[in-house]
Amino acid sequence: MPAPRPYTLVAEITYRCPLKCLYCSNPVNYHEMRGELSTEEWCRAFTDAAKLGVVQLHLTGGEPVVRKDLPDLIRHAHSCELYTNLITGGTLLDEEKLLLYKECGLDHVQLSIQDTDRRTAELIAGIRSYDKKLEIARLIKKVGFPLTLNVCLHRLNIDHVPQLIAQAAELKAQRLELANTAYYGWALENRSALMPTRAQFEHLEPLVKEARARYEGTMEIISTKVDYYSDYPKPCMGGWAKTYMVIIPTGEVLPCHAAHVIPGLHFDTVRNLPLTNIWEHSQGLNAFRGYDWMQEPCRSCPMKTTDFGGCRCQAYLLAKDAAATDPVCSLSPQHGIIREAIAEAEQGNGSLIYRDRKNSERLSTRPLEPASR
Amino acid sequence: MGERSADASAIWRPRLSPKARLRWDEVEKRYMLVFPEAALMLNETAPEILKLCDGEHTIEGIVDSLAQRFVGIDREMMKEDVMGFLTRMKKRGLLEG
Repeated sequence: MPAPRPYTLVAEITYRCPLKCLYCSNPVNYHEMRGELSTEEWCRAFTDAAKLGVVQLHLTGGEPVVRKDLPDLIRHAHSCELYTNLITGGTLLDEEKLLLYKECGLDHVQLSIQDTDRRTAELIAGIRSYDKKLEIARLIKKVGFPLTLNVCLHRLNIDHVPQLIAQAAELKAQRLELANTAYYGWALENRSALMPTRAQFEHLEPLVKEARARYEGTMEIISTKVDYYSDYPKPCMGGWAKTYMVIIPTGEVLPCHAAHVIPGLHFDTVRNLPLTNIWEHSQGLNAFRGYDWMQEPCRSCPMKTTDFGGCRCQAYLLAKDAAATDPVCSLSPQHGIIREAIAEAEQGNGSLIYRDRKNSERLSTRPLEPASR
Repeated sequence: MGERSADASAIWRPRLSPKARLRWDEVEKRYMLVFPEAALMLNETAPEILKLCDGEHTIEGIVDSLAQRFVGIDREMMKEDVMGFLTRMKKRGLLEG
């Protein structure tokens, strides 16, 4: 079977970041992954991605702005006709940099904000950043970029969604992403502190629906669910290694941000092999393509072509078997794990573990839990 | 956008939103419209319409220009199609003006 056409490349060009967000999607052991790809290696990957059919490029991290060669990367991506989006925390930006990126051909900027409440925003980010982010949002618009504001939602800010929508409109964002935190990596470490209650979550949907109608044609509002509160799993990444690819700072090509956690998978790096070759032949990328790997209840389920059995990383992280049905699914024999997590969320306890080097070192020395197969 | 009366075709001068980019796709050998997080694969006429969304042409102007290239197609029908297509694009935030 030939490999499917990828449309999106998420390039995590560095894990360095001044923010310490509690829900960061970078791996918990990021400090162990040393040696970022060079400018030339990234450019070669972009060229190959475009050859494979990739249309969208997200330059992210960590904080992509820490890389001094970012203008060169943007210029090269632009020359490959990739629609280039900078995903940034904003704290290291200024007008001069934005003008330079514009000149290099950057298409779009996605800025993360944490909350409309300064205290909560800075509690989540772990550093002073609230005023700077608002200043940068205005500069992004002034320089003439289309702007997406991204807010990760969790129990501390989910009740502020009306204010967040009003702020996004005031800043004239073209898009607002209300992304409920996905519980992997640092977010999983902080799950009992971050997960909203079911009541909080259910309050959200009518609000978003009303706002979507109100801002139709001017501001697009995207929202993602807390999959723990769904009866069926999400079609994670639109299927394993199907339309998305993620390249991490060291060059390994992954199907998503989190796949490194699954033991027994080998992911090749663009340092040693061309991306075109990796996309087709990588053992890790082929591991869960198609349907042959599925077990019951997925194997005979009519939903399997819609949700692909849910998320492989979540199956491993929660059910200790990457080929199991995502435990979020109400048909999963392991669904009890999710019910327990929801009960825990009602309590809302849990200490906050910031994404920083010290915590990364501490968490990396934990003994690995053995997989069940 | 609100209600657009029949007269809108003489007044509305749509302009492609700066967030959207029209480009040729070498894989499928046709035009696509790319914008944040998504892309629309286009049929043969859509790119011709979008190229005329420059903030200068009215809908009437766009239809006149198309009528010269696609001869033998009923002008009123064409206008209806163009208006329908551009209204959908506007709702998605892909057109300004």
